[in-house]
Amino acid sequence: MNDIFSNPVLARALPEAIVETLQMVGISAFFTVLIGLPLGVFLHVTAPGGLRPMPVINRILSDVIVNITRSIPFAILMVALIPLARALTGTSLGPIAASVSLSIGTIPFFARLVEACLRDVHHGKIDAAQVMGSTNMQIISKVMLRESLPALVAAATTTVVTLVGYSAMAGLVGGGGLGKLAYNYGFQRFDVTVMIVTIVLIVVLVQVIQLVGERISRGLDHR
Amino acid sequence: MITVTDLRKVYRQGKKEVVALDGVTLSVPKGSIHGIIGHSGAGKSTLVRCLTLLDRPTSGSVSIDGTELSSVRDSEIRAARRRIGMVFQHANLMDSRTAAGNVAHPLELVKTPKDKIRSRVAELLKLVGLEGFENAYPSQLSGGQRQRVGIARALASDPEVLLCDEPTSALDPATTEEILDLIKDLTRRLQLTVLIITHEMNVVKRVCDSVSLLSRGRIIEHGALQDVAGELDSKLARALLPLPPSEPLHGALQRGPVLEILFSGDSAKEPVLTGVARRFDMDLNVLAGSVETLGGQQFGHLRVQLAENADFDAVLRYLHERGISAKRVAADAAPAEEGAN
Repeated sequence: MNDIFSNPVLARALPEAIVETLQMVGISAFFTVLIGLPLGVFLHVTAPGGLRPMPVINRILSDVIVNITRSIPFAILMVALIPLARALTGTSLGPIAASVSLSIGTIPFFARLVEACLRDVHHGKIDAAQVMGSTNMQIISKVMLRESLPALVAAATTTVVTLVGYSAMAGLVGGGGLGKLAYNYGFQRFDVTVMIVTIVLIVVLVQVIQLVGERISRGLDHR
Repeated sequence: MITVTDLRKVYRQGKKEVVALDGVTLSVPKGSIHGIIGHSGAGKSTLVRCLTLLDRPTSGSVSIDGTELSSVRDSEIRAARRRIGMVFQHANLMDSRTAAGNVAHPLELVKTPKDKIRSRVAELLKLVGLEGFENAYPSQLSGGQRQRVGIARALASDPEVLLCDEPTSALDPATTEEILDLIKDLTRRLQLTVLIITHEMNVVKRVCDSVSLLSRGRIIEHGALQDVAGELDSKLARALLPLPPSEPLHGALQRGPVLEILFSGDSAKEPVLTGVARRFDMDLNVLAGSVETLGGQQFGHLRVQLAENADFDAVLRYLHERGISAKRVAADAAPAEEGAN
């Protein structure tokens, strides 16, 4: 125990690493939901048999973008996206640059989860909304999104947990954060204390995210 | 009043054409309830989808009080849909909305002012007998209460026509009666035109003024309940007044001819059987029977076995003279009960 508090690395680098990890997860979670949610809605609505089928665009988005992006291992995708991160943020280092590739890596993942959530909305509810004279936008906002809100929150929770894992990997290629700390000190310098502390912190972070997500999801669920 | 004229709907399945509706024509006057009964696959669901404009008919028309609905432009389709309120088998309420929220849903769509929504919702919930349940979520309501919310929601946009698709098929018998009575009551009070699609003859018996039998996309029999019930050979009559299968009784009458008799209205008040027995001085046995009041008239459907030496033709003539339909049937069992159900 004493070791933890007297460890110079932890005292010096840990607070910064925690902030960087939270930054990466926070920023990329924001953009993932911001872009992934509409993308998932669009994929669902334009699918064959959907509210507004658009077979060609749906095919392109679904197969080409989402599936290809998802099939590239994240570690490789991240390296490949460094030029893009530099173009967007002006740097290839640090949590903000890492958030670019993190977001791009998780947007398709989240979009697929959103699509699945919307597919689970009972078709009778859509019929009912149509019969009462809803526009498609009204059906999306008042029926699809609202009825699947508990599931969407659960999907977002899963996505953020995945982001925590990805952010540790991002640390290795310049993102910083707990991943970098664990790698630099725990792995390359065999500092077991640093390794254990980072692992515990990451586990706690994931637990907290999961707990909060489940609480919110359950609170929204009236079924 | 809703009028459906020569409605056809043809689906394409690859290269095959499937005719789901093959020239359906019907009309239901204001203030009355019309039942459409048929097997699954008869075209009931397609008919519902065409009536609610979820599907465009291939040809033919649907009109309400003379206004054509089936050919409105896409931009007007939502306004047209609001003239038909729909009640679903499973109510199809939004789980995330309270009872009041569900009833408010159609009103929100057309930007009704908040205070107006509140008073209208209260009024509608009262109408269906759900005062005090405003804040209950569908999961906290029973099946019958959910269906009441569904009915209130269907009435929110002041429709002229109420279309009920198997409204009671998911409910227990007691709740079924409550919901049917509610529909009947609302029809009279609000002067609605009601179409009930169902596979249950009991629903037709209890609330319908008239009925159509849908089979393979066509209406093969239709009419006021008391008219169709009086036809011995009609499938609807057989379904409305079903006879259980029976075996000839053993004993004295065992080889006598078997007769099916259908009497209705005034003739039902005359003692038919004792009349026959006295007139021809013979014994007879009732093998099976069903007596009901349909559309305000009494009906009886009996299977009777006469004495072996009976003058069958004379009995038949006696009955026909009194306006009672009767015919000879095979002795061993009931004829195959075809048709509705």
